[in-house]
Amino acid sequence: MSEIMVEVSNVSVKFHLSRERIDSIKEYIIKKIKNQIEYDEFMALQDVSLTVEKGESVALIGLNGCGKSTLLKTVAGVLKPFKGSVRVYGTVAPLIELGAGFDHDLTARENVFLNGAILGYDRKSMEKHYEDIVEFSELRDFMDVPIKNFSSGMLARLAFAIATIGTPDILIVDEVLSVGDFRFQQKCEKRIQQMMKKDTSILFVSHSIDQVKKLCTKTVWIEKGKVKMIGPTEEVCALYEQAY
Amino acid sequence: MSVYIQNFLKFRPLLMELVTRDIKTKYRRSILGVLWTLLNPLLMMLVLSVVFSHIFKFQVENYPLYILSGQVVFNFFSESTSSAMSSIINNAPLIKKVYIPKYLFTLSRVASSVVNVMASFCALIVVMVFSGIELNFTVLLLVVPMGILIIFSTGIGLLLATVAVKFRDIIHLYGVLITALTYLTPVIYPISILPAKIRFFVELNPLTGILNMFRNLMFYNTLPTVGQLLTSVTIAIGTFLLGLFVFYKNQDKFILNI
Repeated sequence: MSEIMVEVSNVSVKFHLSRERIDSIKEYIIKKIKNQIEYDEFMALQDVSLTVEKGESVALIGLNGCGKSTLLKTVAGVLKPFKGSVRVYGTVAPLIELGAGFDHDLTARENVFLNGAILGYDRKSMEKHYEDIVEFSELRDFMDVPIKNFSSGMLARLAFAIATIGTPDILIVDEVLSVGDFRFQQKCEKRIQQMMKKDTSILFVSHSIDQVKKLCTKTVWIEKGKVKMIGPTEEVCALYEQAY
Repeated sequence: MSVYIQNFLKFRPLLMELVTRDIKTKYRRSILGVLWTLLNPLLMMLVLSVVFSHIFKFQVENYPLYILSGQVVFNFFSESTSSAMSSIINNAPLIKKVYIPKYLFTLSRVASSVVNVMASFCALIVVMVFSGIELNFTVLLLVVPMGILIIFSTGIGLLLATVAVKFRDIIHLYGVLITALTYLTPVIYPISILPAKIRFFVELNPLTGILNMFRNLMFYNTLPTVGQLLTSVTIAIGTFLLGLFVFYKNQDKFILNI
């Protein structure tokens, strides 16, 4: 039996879609008195269960808005499930949106340390990884430039390099590999494969079925917030491609 | 409980980084840089003391110092709470993507203000030395009122941050409240000139007690009475716990409103 790293059991996530957003106290009180606060409920995920074992890479596929990112966010601990539970055993490196923690007024060097801290690394261990980050992102000449002057490709490279330092137990990748040029994409894939060899589990979201086939062994097909199918990548992808 | 402490320890480096970021970005591209934290209260003191000492002819010894000390204390409160208020909203992109204990953002804003207040405190010491006032050991005890003030401000900051996520109005309202509070705290006037009725309200203000304690230690070498100390500490810790509770109860809903 291999070790289970992520255990998602019967998770449902509910969003309130308040039609007009109530932002002011006056409005809120008036509407509360009139009993007019209505929420449209929207189930982003319904009763989703899945497990990720150690060293396993699992892909999530599905159309836009089917709940893939919501699921990743609950695993990353950003969203709390409305029902059910998410258990994560180990450290998580979220690659949900590259560069979410960047401060555009700071230089690349300062951002490396800021982002490292967001991922839970202290300054000392970041200094050890620093050289590796500079090397991988190929930004040596630009480390002292405020990143507001960076191109989006440069930002993506830096962010990917920071997010994949060390060996996290679980890596969450949400469509971030579509950034950068062809050569850099390959470099990223290679790095992910290296991490897999070191027993990192991966949760992977991509619209590129080719990438999914290349990187993942198990695939979860989500449709309208429900799991439609779980199985080996080949089988699920074949059916998925037929369906659309 | 130990889970929370562990989590805090894990993210302590982030707190440091957030504070350095705040301070770095605040003074980036200004020629004098961090020196402004020192200059700002000094210049304010100059303006206020010129205006008020001539118009009102208050009978306060060393009026500029009186103002400066009031400013140091009050500005810390207004700066830390105002910036804590927007801490959650401003870090929305991050909160939506990565798991970080959210109170860290609020805490980091208060911590940046603590760094600033230390600089303005240096300004106060410099002015004291120049005016030829003796520095006493009681100055060391200033950590007590400052500690109480920090706890109180953190509590208010957590409360404001929580409310601001749901109701953005508070951001506009708080500016007015702070101005009102400036006049309800004996920053520029001595409390003795107030008629009893108004004085009652000024004394209700928790900042008044803290500021009095501060000035007494700084200039008059008087220790606070046990009663004064207890009142201030109780209010501060009560506010802090209330803020923490309200924040904790609502933090999972932040993501839906930012």
